[in-house]
Amino acid sequence: MAFGPFLLLALMEGLVTAAILALAASGLSLVFGVMRVVNVAHGEFYMLGAVLAWAVTTMIPGPPAMAFLAAVLIAPLLVAALAAAADGLILKRLNYDPEATIVATIGLLYILQQAALSLYGPNANPVAAPFTWRIQLPWFGYSGYKLFVVLAAILVLLALWAFMTRTRAGLVMRATQVDRTTAQAFGINVDRVYMGTFALGAGLAALAGVLIVPVQQAQYLMGHDPLLLSFIVVIIGGLGSLRGTLIAALVIGLSDGVISMFFTPTLAKILATLLVAMVLVFRPQGLFGAKA
Amino acid sequence: MTSFIHPTRRGLLMAGGAGLLAAALPGHVGAQAAPIRIGFQLHRTGIGAAYGRWYERTAQAALTAINEAGGIGGRPVELLFEDDATDPKRGSEVVDKLTQQAGCDLVMGTLFSHVVMGSAPRAAELKVPYLVCSEGYHVASGALNRWTLQPGITDVRAQISTMAPWVAANLGKKVTMVFPDYAFGHDHRDFFTAAIQAQGGEVVAQIAVPPTETSFTRYFPQIPAETAVLYHVMVGPAVLTFVKELGEFYGTGAKPALFGFVDSLEAVDTATPGLEFLEGSHFWEAHPRVKAADAGEHEDHYRAAVGVDDNGASVSDAKDVSTYSHMFSTWETLYFIKQAMEAVDYAGPADRQKLVEAMEAITDLPYGIERPQGAKRFNGKTHQVFGSQHISQVQGGKLVKVHATTIDEGLYEDAVDYTSMSF
Repeated sequence: MAFGPFLLLALMEGLVTAAILALAASGLSLVFGVMRVVNVAHGEFYMLGAVLAWAVTTMIPGPPAMAFLAAVLIAPLLVAALAAAADGLILKRLNYDPEATIVATIGLLYILQQAALSLYGPNANPVAAPFTWRIQLPWFGYSGYKLFVVLAAILVLLALWAFMTRTRAGLVMRATQVDRTTAQAFGINVDRVYMGTFALGAGLAALAGVLIVPVQQAQYLMGHDPLLLSFIVVIIGGLGSLRGTLIAALVIGLSDGVISMFFTPTLAKILATLLVAMVLVFRPQGLFGAKA
Repeated sequence: MTSFIHPTRRGLLMAGGAGLLAAALPGHVGAQAAPIRIGFQLHRTGIGAAYGRWYERTAQAALTAINEAGGIGGRPVELLFEDDATDPKRGSEVVDKLTQQAGCDLVMGTLFSHVVMGSAPRAAELKVPYLVCSEGYHVASGALNRWTLQPGITDVRAQISTMAPWVAANLGKKVTMVFPDYAFGHDHRDFFTAAIQAQGGEVVAQIAVPPTETSFTRYFPQIPAETAVLYHVMVGPAVLTFVKELGEFYGTGAKPALFGFVDSLEAVDTATPGLEFLEGSHFWEAHPRVKAADAGEHEDHYRAAVGVDDNGASVSDAKDVSTYSHMFSTWETLYFIKQAMEAVDYAGPADRQKLVEAMEAITDLPYGIERPQGAKRFNGKTHQVFGSQHISQVQGGKLVKVHATTIDEGLYEDAVDYTSMSF
């Protein structure tokens, strides 16, 4: 294949990775920024989104597009509700102590993963894409649904940005992020903000899972990779900075696409990890993070 | 008044008669209490789960058939399934657990080659027969040990050496290979590259994909334009993604002829939307998933026993497609165990060494309900069985058998003589 189309395909694949990564990592970043909780179970919310999407689409009869639309609406809400319950039952009782919550979310990771294994089973199950439109370029064909994933991710991230900057709830969340005690003194119910933030973060991961499931398949072990990559993205972008997360997701996603296509996927992972190490050495707060 | 001290004449007669009757009973009735225990190392979870599900069903079906026919040497047989999560480290622990804790007479059933490689050394340490159902060349290569045998399925090397001449003659001579980047895939890479060269062809590119990969489009641009045949063999939960993305990539444009090992489609319905591009392409199959028109006389019985319909899907759920080209190996391995145990009059773990020697002495394994895939020939020196292979073509969304090979076509020189090794 000639260099031009080769690069085009690499960039398209990279954009899809970046889109999914941006959604999942923004959830992780939000939870850390507002709550100072490093959520190790974040990848499992992504997995639950995919698994629930499978459950919803198999239960709802009718055309794939309707079933998928239902999954997009229902699965993230269910996961968000589960996350809210986990926050009230576990994290709140640990007073959001950073070390304790890491251990607690590790436990949560295993509980969710094994619950999925017990209830959903070990098999990888496919979910039909809402449409099967395919682009035929002169050099190669490409899935139209993958481009839809990129578009959907951009829309969701714009909505998230508007929510954080233009609504009262976003203002309250940002106030809590800046100074929890002062926010409390001004009558903000910090417990409720925390619960909402944790639910929102999990919902974003679940949405990423729903969007990717027609491309991949729902399986109980699928949470590993996005967790690792989300952490890489969030560390590079700066924990708690949404803008940094988005830029880092683009950098990691596109470089992953291009490097794995021109060289090997392993090299792409090596370089991403090296980048994290470099950022931690020279700019520990991340590219866009505020100094702690 | 009667008592034990002063029995009546009638009582004495009855007790004596009962004693005579008990003595006259055949020996195996008394041994009913001591069944033969066979440990099954099962990929119930992890990347091999689809295979594990069907390996369990097939082995259970064979077990039922064997027990209904009187068991092994008159003793009933038990299977103890233990999940290894398709993980090599857990695999050796499972061999340990089944042998030491559960007291199994032998262990069988492993498919994924990295789990075989991780578990076989432990089986040798425990001196327990370890019968794998794996396809890997690792047994016949001499890399393993006296206790590890593969009597139920042919290895990749034999499969490939029968496929290469057909591919070169019918599809093309410039081949690009896509394979998983570990032992099983490397067997494909090494043996197919050599086998196609022997046919005057060449492998123009080798594309190794990590076994845990979930996205494949990024690998396809490495396929050179001059490729006449794309040879693909993938495994794991992402196989459906692999074939779908391959279809999206080539789309309606020009594409090379596709030749795949059915591993790329095991447990996947060939009529899945998005797989239309596979129409007309060819697959290696060990055991044709869709019942062939000229299938043997035992085919129906085998399918009914396992619970598989004529399309190779579960009779209770048409969406639950079997791993038909691999699962027969568990059935045939169980019958192989039965044959060897009966030959040595197997009594218990003390006879394990004798049992391996009896297995090594087996050669001809004719077609029958014991071997639904077909006749086999066992090589006691290399611990590997040889059988016939099939090529199927996707026609109207179904795999239709178009070619069969003989056992002889798959034979190759011995690379090892395990019988000369110590136990």
